[in-house]
Amino acid sequence: MRVALDPDAVTRGLRRVAGEIVERHRGATNLVIVGVRRGGVLVAEPLTRFLEDLEGHAIPKGSVDITLYRDDAATALPNPKIGPSAIPGSIDDKTVVLVDDVMYTGRTIRAALDALLDYGRPSRIELCTLVDRGGRELPIQPDYVVRKIEVGPDERVDVVQTEGGLSALVQSKNAPSVPPPPVKS
Amino acid sequence: MTENAQRHLLAVSDLDRAQAERVLGTAKAFQEVARRPVKKVPTLRGKTVVNLFYEASTRTRTSFELAGKRLSADVVNVGGSSSSVSKGETLSDTVRTLDAMHPDIIIVRHSASGAAKYVAERTRASIINAGDGLHQHPTQALLDAFTIQEKKGSVEGLTVAICGDILHSRVARSNAELLPMLGAKVRLAGPPTLLPRNAEVLGCEIHDRLEPALEGADVVMMLRIQRERLGGAFFPTLREYSRVYGLNQKRLSLAKSDAIVMHPGPLNRGVEISDDVADGPRSVILDQVEAGVAVRMAVLYLCANEPDGETPGS
Repeated sequence: MRVALDPDAVTRGLRRVAGEIVERHRGATNLVIVGVRRGGVLVAEPLTRFLEDLEGHAIPKGSVDITLYRDDAATALPNPKIGPSAIPGSIDDKTVVLVDDVMYTGRTIRAALDALLDYGRPSRIELCTLVDRGGRELPIQPDYVVRKIEVGPDERVDVVQTEGGLSALVQSKNAPSVPPPPVKS
Repeated sequence: MTENAQRHLLAVSDLDRAQAERVLGTAKAFQEVARRPVKKVPTLRGKTVVNLFYEASTRTRTSFELAGKRLSADVVNVGGSSSSVSKGETLSDTVRTLDAMHPDIIIVRHSASGAAKYVAERTRASIINAGDGLHQHPTQALLDAFTIQEKKGSVEGLTVAICGDILHSRVARSNAELLPMLGAKVRLAGPPTLLPRNAEVLGCEIHDRLEPALEGADVVMMLRIQRERLGGAFFPTLREYSRVYGLNQKRLSLAKSDAIVMHPGPLNRGVEISDDVADGPRSVILDQVEAGVAVRMAVLYLCANEPDGETPGS
């Protein structure tokens, strides 16, 4: 196992991304932050806090569950656990920043986009991810990345809550996974 | 749901507690879908669901149809005067004909007890029992449990009085299995002629009067007097039944002050339930209908999932 991002690196990276977001949008008045359940919700939380620190006002934050939108929904999961999505208010004509922990094949984000569009018609959707590990199977790319890393096909990236904040760990594909802590919806 | 290649839901006894709780938990997520502007998710796209209904039904058929459509399945309704059923085709032939069209799930309602199992043995599709004679109506029990859980926080530790025509009620039979499995105490009450013989094997308290069953109950579930199944003389008149076994405000006051009133519908107003109770603040009858769609989406979803699939990575 190796540490790709320690809590300090995550904090610095997300602060930088928060800066990039407000620079690109000249503020954050029309923003909605939506975490992809469950890992993305962990990342959306500090990112929203940094945006609020920069801009000095509250920013709506929500979550989206993609289980029902997976392209393998009807075949893949023997015991699927579906969580509720929680979209704050209307996303019509808003700029939605979709947040995920690890970007890999792109299929999760494809599903999240479909899910999001069932809630309304945002004027724009952007994508932020903590780690981009490559290996895309669909033409989907993030707008904001904290770190791009090379990971072998026999390895896995886990974003976990550790003492002092979030960490991104690279470990063997077969290592026992640490379940993310329960997410408040 | 049974863990073989075909996943059926024929009776409450197909489920253990963990599986029943998974259905209820999944239904919670689907309830959110019904309250969105776009009430549809693509989950069962390309799956075919057949509603095979040999008995009249408004809420069960509509709610299964909506459940299937909201999951993007293709839903076909078969039954009644427009099908070959009216030309005398046997159930076995109808099922084999449907099977040749490769449906993924068949939802069966039939007046014969055991019909769902009979159908399950003659098709490759997954079968969901939507009521078979006097036997079982598992999705009704699941939606009742879901409604109780939503209103009371949990089914565990509650006292549920199920009152009326227990003998002919597949709803009572299914609930008398499911609710104790989830930790509730169930009392069955009705006229002695409408109580099943050997009812004690269900493991419930039995009462031949309403009052002792209602005493301190958290949930009061009234059953419909099923006039279509009452060939024999089970009680003198509807008026007398209503006088002795109908739920009115006075009788309801025996239950806990925060007790909820349920009814699987359709209502015989003024027979088993008075208007003021059915439309009163403690009635959750329409919440049951809302829960029905979410619970049936959950059951369709879990039946359509193939258990041997691999769990993919992130």
